[in-house]
Amino acid sequence: MRLPLSAMIGLVLTGAFLFVAVFAHWIAPYPIDMSVGGVWEPPSAQYWLGTDTIGRDIVSRLIYGAQVTIFVALASSILAFSLGSFLGFLAAVRGGWIDQGLSRAVDLVMAVPSLIVALVLLSVLPLNLTVLILVIGILDSTRVFRLSRAVAMDITVMDYVEAAKLRGEKQTWIIFREILPNALSPLVAEFGLRFIFAVLFISTLSFLGLGIQPPLTDWGGMVKENKDGLIYGKAAAMMPAMAIAALAISVNLVADWILSRTSSLKGGRGG
Amino acid sequence: MHPVLKLVVQRFALGLLLLLAVSAVIFLGVEALPGDTAQAILGQSATPQALENLREKLGLDQPAVIRYFGWLGGVLQGDLGRALTNDIDIAEAIGQRLGNTLFLAGCAAAISVPLAILLGVVAARFVGRWPDKLISGITLTTISLPEFVAAYFVIYLLTQVFPVFQPVAMVFPGMTFWAKLNAVALPVIVLVLVVLAHMMRMTRAAILNVMQSAYIETAELKGLSPMQVVWRHAFPNAIAPVVSVVMLNLAYLVVGVVVVEVVFSYNALGKYLVDHVTKRDLPVVQAVGLIFAAVYIFLNMAADVISIVANPRLRHPK
Repeated sequence: MRLPLSAMIGLVLTGAFLFVAVFAHWIAPYPIDMSVGGVWEPPSAQYWLGTDTIGRDIVSRLIYGAQVTIFVALASSILAFSLGSFLGFLAAVRGGWIDQGLSRAVDLVMAVPSLIVALVLLSVLPLNLTVLILVIGILDSTRVFRLSRAVAMDITVMDYVEAAKLRGEKQTWIIFREILPNALSPLVAEFGLRFIFAVLFISTLSFLGLGIQPPLTDWGGMVKENKDGLIYGKAAAMMPAMAIAALAISVNLVADWILSRTSSLKGGRGG
Repeated sequence: MHPVLKLVVQRFALGLLLLLAVSAVIFLGVEALPGDTAQAILGQSATPQALENLREKLGLDQPAVIRYFGWLGGVLQGDLGRALTNDIDIAEAIGQRLGNTLFLAGCAAAISVPLAILLGVVAARFVGRWPDKLISGITLTTISLPEFVAAYFVIYLLTQVFPVFQPVAMVFPGMTFWAKLNAVALPVIVLVLVVLAHMMRMTRAAILNVMQSAYIETAELKGLSPMQVVWRHAFPNAIAPVVSVVMLNLAYLVVGVVVVEVVFSYNALGKYLVDHVTKRDLPVVQAVGLIFAAVYIFLNMAADVISIVANPRLRHPK
């Protein structure tokens, strides 16, 4: 089957971002934390996108920032996924009080916007990578839970699950060998959406000064560092902003294509 | 009791219950996390005696459950306690800022709701043709952007490329209404962009859903113009889903307001919250977090109630 143009653009861009993130140390022309030029220099042959608020090369920082942004987003969406889908399947298979307990707990977390919950949590927890990944991953797992529970509910009534139960298979077998393979395709498309959500979330937290802390940097933090330049017409803050937009849109294009091919089931994206 | 009234009261009670549970999570859940408030205030070099004294002063030596009910009782009487960092009365500080937040969110809502419905109707009327594709394309892009990125695109465009506005939103007491309106123009534009996309897409979907009904076909066959079909026949039947969509997306403003206020250094509730998260001032964070949660839950509940009132089929759940 032919790949639509939008999906192709999305795939190429997403691949390019991943490549840059993985090989950041070899690609970046300057070290992450070295002032190499003047403050907010315009783009030039030496500094392709200019320099930032204390004279660091923006291209290099964007490249290192890609690494941190994509790593945190990937780690937290993998966490959200494993946790959310396992508990979702468990709730669907076991039913009863386990289903009730998990579903009401998820309702409770989703009754408040994720950003507000995260702000309350981060006012107490230490700000480091592990905490950020855990907070984003667990908050996001609620949406995966709802989707995977709904998908698994449809599958548990199938004859082959009934057959597996009758031949006395254990619950772990039913979850991993019967339900998981059949629930995979709607969940794969959802993974793209969860990844974008995590990118936007970590960027927003860093922008608010509550995400990645120096000396590490990510794109949201770079917008924060350079935002004051906008008043003087220095466009440095626009570069990381555009990087976030480009990554979000390209992953979106891929996810939309997968969604349109696989299933009509969609998870929520908001909050 | 009237069955509709009964359902509405039920929803309301459910919303209150949810809010109570959220307040317990905000207070007790945070207590259970690692982290020592006294240590956070005094820093690592504090002596054990100083820590002990501060804990006693803040009441931290009491069990968490007792402090929770004390806090809840205070909240119900409008007493939110005092900020740890500067000992200012939290309720008073919130009172000064709440108006600014409501003004910003109110302006955004007043513009985005009619605009979203209008664009949704136009997109549904020209479904699959260029007006639909244009509107859907633009809204799809703004949906993929986080609020602060959208904000900086707007700032860059409207203060640098086309210098129309000031990049900072300063509102202070004594300003005339029009001066205030001018000052918040940029943040309002950003907020409108942020909520417009969701609202417009869901309005379009709701109308397209109605457009598949048999009575729409009848209206078309008797020769009404397409716009008349949409306004006279499709829109009234789509009002219920549209209104509930509008309420849901107004709830979305809660998040948008927090980020946008920080972007524009707009002195209101969201910025107050973020500032005190940075300072690790837990009582302030809990109080403001609870207010945002309450608004969000209330708007969601309102969306629920409106769809029940507007759609008789929902009054008899199977």
